[in-house]
Formats: sequence, C-alpha cells, structure tokens
Amino acid sequence: MNSVQTAVSQTSPPKKSFLYDPKVRGAFYQIVLVIALVALFYVAATNAIENLQRAKIASGFGFLNNTAGFDISQTLIQFSAAGGTYGDAFIVGLLNTLIVSAIGIFFTTFLGFLIGIARLSKNWMVAKVAMVYVEVLRNIPLLVQLLFWYIAVLGALPQPRNSLEMGAGFYLNSRGLFMAKPLWASNIGILVGVLLLGLIGTFIYRRWARKQQEQTGRQYPVGKVTLALVLGLPILTWIVLALFGANPISFELPRKGTFNLTGGMQILPEFVALLLGLVTYTAAFIAEVVRAGILAVSKGQTEAAGSLGLTPGQTLRLVVIPQAMRVIIPPLTSQYLNLTKNSSLAVAIGYPDLVQVFMGTVLNQTGQAIEVVVITMGVYLTISLLTSFLMNIYNRRVAIVER
Amino acid sequence: MDFDAVSTEAARNGLTGARLGGIQDPSSHVELLGEHTNMKKALVSIAFGLTASLFATGASAQATLNSVKQKGFLTCGSNTGLAGFGQPDAQGNWTGLDVDLCRAIAAAIFDDPTKVRFIPLAAKDRFTALQSGEVDVLSRNSTATMSRDTQLGLDFPAINYFDGQGFMVRKKLGVSSAKELNGASICTQQGTTTELNLADYFRANNMKYEVVAFATSDETFKAYDAGRCDAFTTDASGLYAERLRASAPDDHIVLPEIISKEPLGPAVRHGDNNWGDIVRWTHMAMLNAEELGVTKANVDQMKTSDNPEIKRLLGTEGKFGEAVGLTNDWAVRIIKHVGNYSESFEKNVGEGSRLKIKRGQNALWTKGGLQYGIPVR
Repeated sequence: MNSVQTAVSQTSPPKKSFLYDPKVRGAFYQIVLVIALVALFYVAATNAIENLQRAKIASGFGFLNNTAGFDISQTLIQFSAAGGTYGDAFIVGLLNTLIVSAIGIFFTTFLGFLIGIARLSKNWMVAKVAMVYVEVLRNIPLLVQLLFWYIAVLGALPQPRNSLEMGAGFYLNSRGLFMAKPLWASNIGILVGVLLLGLIGTFIYRRWARKQQEQTGRQYPVGKVTLALVLGLPILTWIVLALFGANPISFELPRKGTFNLTGGMQILPEFVALLLGLVTYTAAFIAEVVRAGILAVSKGQTEAAGSLGLTPGQTLRLVVIPQAMRVIIPPLTSQYLNLTKNSSLAVAIGYPDLVQVFMGTVLNQTGQAIEVVVITMGVYLTISLLTSFLMNIYNRRVAIVER
Repeated sequence: MDFDAVSTEAARNGLTGARLGGIQDPSSHVELLGEHTNMKKALVSIAFGLTASLFATGASAQATLNSVKQKGFLTCGSNTGLAGFGQPDAQGNWTGLDVDLCRAIAAAIFDDPTKVRFIPLAAKDRFTALQSGEVDVLSRNSTATMSRDTQLGLDFPAINYFDGQGFMVRKKLGVSSAKELNGASICTQQGTTTELNLADYFRANNMKYEVVAFATSDETFKAYDAGRCDAFTTDASGLYAERLRASAPDDHIVLPEIISKEPLGPAVRHGDNNWGDIVRWTHMAMLNAEELGVTKANVDQMKTSDNPEIKRLLGTEGKFGEAVGLTNDWAVRIIKHVGNYSESFEKNVGEGSRLKIKRGQNALWTKGGLQYGIPVR
C-alpha cells in the first residue's frame, strides 16, 4: 500500500510538455474547427457569387427595392402591384405568417388543454372522445388535413350569390367569412379611456382582494368584478353615448355586389382552413403534453387538496395545473414552434404566408434563389428563437424554487 | 476539396425524383399523395439547386451536350400536367407539344426519342431547376421575357408556341367580356407572367379584383372548379386544356380578350451556346420539314429528293449536323421519330387532339402565321 502511494505521488506532478496539455490540445482543435468552418462558408459564398456572375444570374439584395408588379390576396399593410416593392411583399408575407401563428397558438393552447384534461376525465364518454380526437388528428399528416379543410369544406360552401346569412351581419360563402366592419368615430377616445380605467380598476381590485383573502380568508367575487369593469363599463358608456346621439362606433355591413359581397370585413377561406388545420392538429399534441404533465403530479397532492376541502375544480386550478406547468412548458414550447413552422404548409392551399409569397412568387419573379431562401430561413430561425426565449422566461417563473 | 461530388449527388437525386414523378396513378387518393411528392420534390430541387450553385464549378463549351451523351439520356423539365403540352398518359408516357420538343432533341442526339427523363416542375420551381442543372432543357410552356433572358441566367433559343393570356368564367355568371370582371376573384398560378399581366390589366382598366395564387396549375384549377374564384386565368392554350378537366366542361366559357403576348418556348442555361443551338435547330428542323413537306411517313423517300433545301436539311448534302456536335442525319432522326411541327401540333393540340386548337398565329409564315423556319444553309 505504502509503496503504491509513493509511486503515485512521485508521478503525480508529471513534467507536462506544452504539446500534451489536454487544455491546449482541446483549444487547438476547436480553433482549427472554427477556421475550417469559416473557410468552408467563405469558399461557398465566393464560389456562389462567382458562379452566379458567370451564369449571368442577378445577385445581391437590391431586388428588395424593385417594384413587385403582382397582387396578394391578404395584406395587413397597404400593398398594391403598382407601388409595392419585393421588400413590401416580404413584410406582407411575414405579417401573414405571424398573424396565423399567433392566433393559432392562442386557440391551440386552449383546445389542447381542454382535450388533455378531458382525456383524464372520470367520465368514460368524455375521456374516450378526447382519446379518439388525439389519435385521429395526430396520426394524419398535416398536409392532408389542410387539403381536407380547404377542398372538402370549401366545396361544400355556397356560391357568393346564395351566401349563407348567419345574422348580425355575418355571411358565409366560398369566398370566406364576411362580417360587419367597425368604423371608429372621432370620440372613440372616450371608449378607449373608459376601457383603460376599467383595466386599472380591475388590477387594483384584484390586489386588494388577494390581500384581504390572505389576511382574513374571505373570498371576493374577483371574476365577476373583472367582467363588470372590463366589459360592462365600456358597453355602458357606449350605450349612454349612443343615446345622446354621439355613437363612437358604427358598422359597415357587407352588401351584395356583382360577383361577391363588398364592404365589411372578409376572412379568406385559405386563412380559415390553415388556422383550423394548424389548431386542431397541434392541439392533439398539446393534449398529450398536458396529460403527461398532470399525470406527473403526485396523486398525494390531489388527495391532500381534497382533504383540505377544495372542490375538484379548485384542486385542478390551484394545485395540479401550477405544478404540472413545470413539466408542460418545455414540450409546449416545441409545439408552439412546430405550429409556427408548419404554417409554411400554407403554400399548398394558397394562403399568402411568407413561404408562399416570398419563396414562391418573389423567388420566381426575381430568380434570386440564394438570397430569398437565406432570408426566409433567417426569419423562421428568428421567430423560433424569440418564441423559445419568451417561453424560457415564463418557464423560469413557474419552475420549482429550490430552497 | 471535391465540390463536383456534391453536384453529381444533386443530379442523381434529381433523377430519383423523375422516376417517382413519371408514374401517376389515376385514382384521386394517390393524386393527393402525388401532390405531396411534387412539393417535396420542389423543395428538394431548391435545396439541391442551392447546394449546386454554391459548390459547382462553371459550365464550359459543349458541357451540356457532353454530359447528356455521357448520362445516356436527356433530362427535360416539363409541366406537372397540362393537356396537349406536357402530361403523362394513363401508362405514364409523357405526351404533348413541349414533350415532343424534348423527344426531338433526344432523337437528334441518340436516334431514340425515349431517352428522355421528364421532371415535372411547378411554375415557381422551374427556373431554379434549370439554373442548378437539375434539368438540361426546360420545355414547359414558359414565356420568354427580357428579365428572364437577362437576369435569370437563361436563354430562350426558340418559340414553339405563340400564345396570349385569357380568362375563363362560368357561363351562369353572365359575363361576356373581361372588362366586366370588376370586383371578381381570380385564380392564378404564382411565379408566372400571368400573375403580373393580371395586375397590369386590372390596373390599366381601373378595375378591382381579388387574386388567389396557387403554387401549381393543378391546385389553381381545382380551387376555381370548387368555386373559390369567379374567373381562372392563364395562357389561352392552357384555358382550353384545363377546361377539359373541369367537372362540367360545358359550364365554362373562355372570354374573347387576349390581354398579353406570351411567346412560349424552351429555355436553356445562358453560356452554353452550343446547347442552345441544338435546341433552336431542333425546332427549326421541325418547321423546315413542315414547309418542305417532309413528314414522318415520307422522310426516307425524301432523302433521295433533288431539292437542295431538302438535301441540306436531311444531311445528304453539307455537314450541318456535325457543326453543332450531332450527326449529319440529325434532322432525319427528328422527323422519323417525332415528325414535323405540323404533325406534332395536330396530334397534341390541333385537330387530332381533344383541344382542337386552330393553328392561328402558330401557322407557318407562308400561311400567315408567325412560325418561320430559319434556312439550313
């Protein structure tokens, strides 16, 4: 034993050559790798530029300022074939992608949670319906579902001349969903002011109610008060204003034109089909994420909550879900990213998203494939990283605080 | 570093795509999947196109002809399915006017019109596929324009069909002129001149419209047929071809206005002039054959003709074929296997077809048309 120890202690401070230092070696290989990567990209870039010039293919980003010359069906900003540039077309496409993703994420979260919880219901029927939903929706390719929503549902809708009238200024036909368009009068500021007041009031009331509950244990009707302040107050103001002949909001109703309804607001069938497809498909995955999250919360927690006298609803809302969120958030983020990226399948049903407009029409009209594809990839990367970043902040807030 | 390996890989992948696309089952379920494959293929083509243009080295003179000879077949970018111009039949054999041009080129090179791999391309992917070398020639009812010629690195060596853009509507709308389309929804294919002309036409006539643009002609027409749009617009020839696919063809009419010039022709990569010459002279040979009365049936007898023009065309006099890297009987091969322009036209889009399109602008110059065969001399 002794001799071994001495042997070890003798060799332990070895005469290290600089070349054999693992740290130096590690750093060396990493630097070599970085240089090789940079060189590879440099060679690829210069070679591409040289090849493009030799093949007489235009290159550079100057095309973004050229007049586009084509129209787009859904534009959230002012865009016309006469004045719009390829750069504007890019923004139109980007906004269309963002809006369908944002609305899609909102609805799919709601639907996903609903179905996830339903799958764990003690009611046999509810649980089985939720199970069938999940198994059917997540096992059919999204593209096929989108084509179903678009072609099957579109084909069933009536032609514009016999639009389906749904009351309150809503019409449905094969050109989409039509509804009354609100027109703001100059005194709309009053309504906005009242709404803001309502929001501030709610905030203050909620803080007060919580403090009261913590101190005295008494519960206050937070939900009802919030509803009254945020919705009731502005509506009351609106009615009062209207009674005094100063209506701040009027509606432009869709009217029948030669081919289609004109005026009002129109939601394109492509948008509806894409939204429906994305929401129902992603919700099936989110439902499974939610189910897994809830099952990960120990049964003892539910039993403890029950023995404290909480109702099943309260148990779910106050005990189970907050703990399940820790498990749910990371995979939920992935589903949000999937939804955003899957929105590029819009190309199959003619919804003018970024890929359809920019990588489709603009790429083809300008022929500048490399620039267009690089920009598009950059955009999706940025959107995804931003979503992840925001979700990570939220995750840090709900994560277990270790003491 | 061996960058060429990358582009060869790209070429090979392109070929797999061609084989997949070549076989199409008529049942509708498979059609859905076929579309999926098409889209995948389009993405693959863009991806490989990018890789190829990043790493490939430039083309040299005669490069395309040599590579075609080496491969043993021609890769031809074709429409995903347009009756009369480029469409696979029930057996998966490609037929059409544009297809015949590719078959004629293959016949001139190999004396065998079957040595062609057709790669179906959507409008928005076609030029990328050509630029990246995935196809040797694009024969896919593409309009020749200045920007495509000068900024996309392409050349249009010939015009094999003179066309113009028109509109199709449902009869029951009661519309008789394109000028009455104010406020209409119009389905069109994206990445086409059609899309641009449409914007121009409505702007010039101070009319409003709603455009609904789709990636492929198939999706565009399906949406129109399903009632998504009031009108469908494309080249006039395409309107007649697509109408055949409508659930009730007689319910639709083509409006009289032609709103643009659409010179349709094959495209090749800029820079390989010899290859452009071969494509141009293949078309010219078919035109000259028609003018001189040389047909599929009589081409062998015509070899003994005393007419010096026929002798030069058929290679019994002079060495015109060798000058472009072909054999001197190049035109004989084209005519024997594919026929002259008139034969190809009538069989695919004219009286011998379901389309029944008149020669019109596409008649020979001697009959008041625009097709003019440059002399072989």
